[in-house]
Amino acid sequence: MDNPARRVLCRGMTHDTDIAIVGGGLNGPALALALAHSGFRVTVIDALPLDTRNDPGFDGRAYALALASQRLLKNLGIWGAIADHAQPMLEIKVTDGRAGEGPSPWMLHFDHAEIEEGPMGYMVEDRHLRRAFLDALAENDRITQIAGETVVAQSVDARGAKVELASGKTVTARLLIGSDGRRSGTAQRAGITRTGWGYEQTGVVCAVTHDRPHGGIAHQFFMPHGPLAILPLTGNRSSIVWSETDDRAAELTAMNDNDFLDALRPAFGSFLGEISLSGARFSYPLNLTLADSFIADRVALVGDAAHGMHPIAGQGLNAGLRDVAALAQVLADARARGEDIGSVPVMQRYQRWRRFDTATLAVATDTFNKLFSNNNPFLRGIRDIGMGVVNAIPAARRSFIREAAGLSGDLPRLMRC
Amino acid sequence: MQTERNTVDPAEIAKFEAMATEWWDLDGKFKPLHMLNPTRLDYITRQIAAEFGRNLGTDMPFEGLRILDIGCGGGLLCEPMARLGAIVVGADAAGGNIPVAQTHAEKSGLKIDYRHTTAEAMADNGEQFDVVLNMEVVEHVADPLTYLTACHDLLKPNGMHICSTINRNPKSFGMAIIGAEWVMRWLPKGTHEWHKFITPDELFDLLRGAGLNPVDRKGFQFNPLAWTWRISDRDLSVNYVTASLRPAS
Repeated sequence: MDNPARRVLCRGMTHDTDIAIVGGGLNGPALALALAHSGFRVTVIDALPLDTRNDPGFDGRAYALALASQRLLKNLGIWGAIADHAQPMLEIKVTDGRAGEGPSPWMLHFDHAEIEEGPMGYMVEDRHLRRAFLDALAENDRITQIAGETVVAQSVDARGAKVELASGKTVTARLLIGSDGRRSGTAQRAGITRTGWGYEQTGVVCAVTHDRPHGGIAHQFFMPHGPLAILPLTGNRSSIVWSETDDRAAELTAMNDNDFLDALRPAFGSFLGEISLSGARFSYPLNLTLADSFIADRVALVGDAAHGMHPIAGQGLNAGLRDVAALAQVLADARARGEDIGSVPVMQRYQRWRRFDTATLAVATDTFNKLFSNNNPFLRGIRDIGMGVVNAIPAARRSFIREAAGLSGDLPRLMRC
Repeated sequence: MQTERNTVDPAEIAKFEAMATEWWDLDGKFKPLHMLNPTRLDYITRQIAAEFGRNLGTDMPFEGLRILDIGCGGGLLCEPMARLGAIVVGADAAGGNIPVAQTHAEKSGLKIDYRHTTAEAMADNGEQFDVVLNMEVVEHVADPLTYLTACHDLLKPNGMHICSTINRNPKSFGMAIIGAEWVMRWLPKGTHEWHKFITPDELFDLLRGAGLNPVDRKGFQFNPLAWTWRISDRDLSVNYVTASLRPAS
């Protein structure tokens, strides 16, 4: 059919895909689904083969999904595959621990019953999230996956972006997204510099099985060397995020399982009964790394590629999913208006929405960590008073709960009910 | 370009010729227009989609529609319309704008028919369109009624005319002239002449006088704190937009 409009279309859209996403972890697939739902054709490129990423064994890693993140997964149609494996977080108890004394009686208590939206969030194991995303990607005919391929070069011009893969293959798109983590190659190739610093702390992550039920309560103990989080998983299991000085963490990592548990018990306490390890142990050096810009010419960054932050508040994935929801909305709106989705004004809309938010969160978690990760009596006095004050004021408590649930600020459409 | 009907004001055209190369500079003289553009596009695309039964969630929703943008400038509206699949003609009485618009469309991979002509000349040639966009132009012409009559003639029966302009009251004087031209220096001094501004009621009367049937009016409201524009149902005090239809017979 010789339709003149079709010729216009062909001249303007000679790209392999509308949007190429580099990085197929969690934020990349979430963004691919959100964009495909708005009608975009999306290609997801990841260096790892699919079967490596879809390993069904539990490896001990889990995420705290804020309520807003759970809504996003629901709106993307994948919550159904996750719900049975998700543990609602009904309460959060924050305690100022004292060296050698174990945790003191709890000082701050947040209960989801104080807000009407529901639980503050859910604990979900990494493997269930990954599988749900990969299954949904495979079923979506607007999404193409290129797995086991490394990007070696990228370039942009007035019409679009091009990435070259190690195999010699190329992918052209109108817009390129970097969701390739805190050492983002996409950001580096786009000339985006980073600001960051280490904390001389390492996060030791594992899961434990315990005798007594956790009742859906998450605990955060602020120990002198760093925070210890005990987060409820399904069944009588909890996920542990234990931050320690680098030296101590190296010792802990080198220990056998029994010695590790002996070291964990004094901090963990006995309130959940006897504990044993479930799955492997992981350690992550804690650092903060913020991209100096979330955007470049026809390039946008999401998740850790834009902002790797301290896991103290469990906000890393949640902040990433918020980038995803905001960027998907900005791009869907731009497309409906006929705007060039990779153009500077569209990219700037995303950056304005997210960069201030994330920088604030990164600095807040940083400050929080510095305030709590020490044994200075003066600072301890301040934080104990602060926690007591927040705990005594219902409005302050509710505002913390809404913050933890990810419900504050300018919420993207995909994170609303 | 000599025709029987000519509402072009030569002094006005000279003002825009001088700024032609700046159309696509986001921080240049047309910065306020770039800031307003997404909001204008929201209104235009939704009106067209509703009138012609198109779904903006699809690829090329305006496929098959012939759209004319009068006073197209650098193509800030033509390019989005072409991207949405429309067959687009961009007309501007300032000849200097045409190569600027052509070059940018070529670079963007879009096919748009840009012409150095006027609404009156095109109407006299008997050309017709599904949609005529007439954005921020009517306050610059010498004889609005004759001009809008040409816009009417350029429409197919049941075609849609979208026209935006600036209200005439103390607030619009403050915002558009003192604010945008004098204080912020967004627009060169003298871009607008306040006495040429038109109130919504006057515009509705002019549209009816031109044979068009006004069906909608909304305000474009500037939020100086968020530095963004939004569509307002009630606040037509400064920038506003109207949709009107050419009756079937």
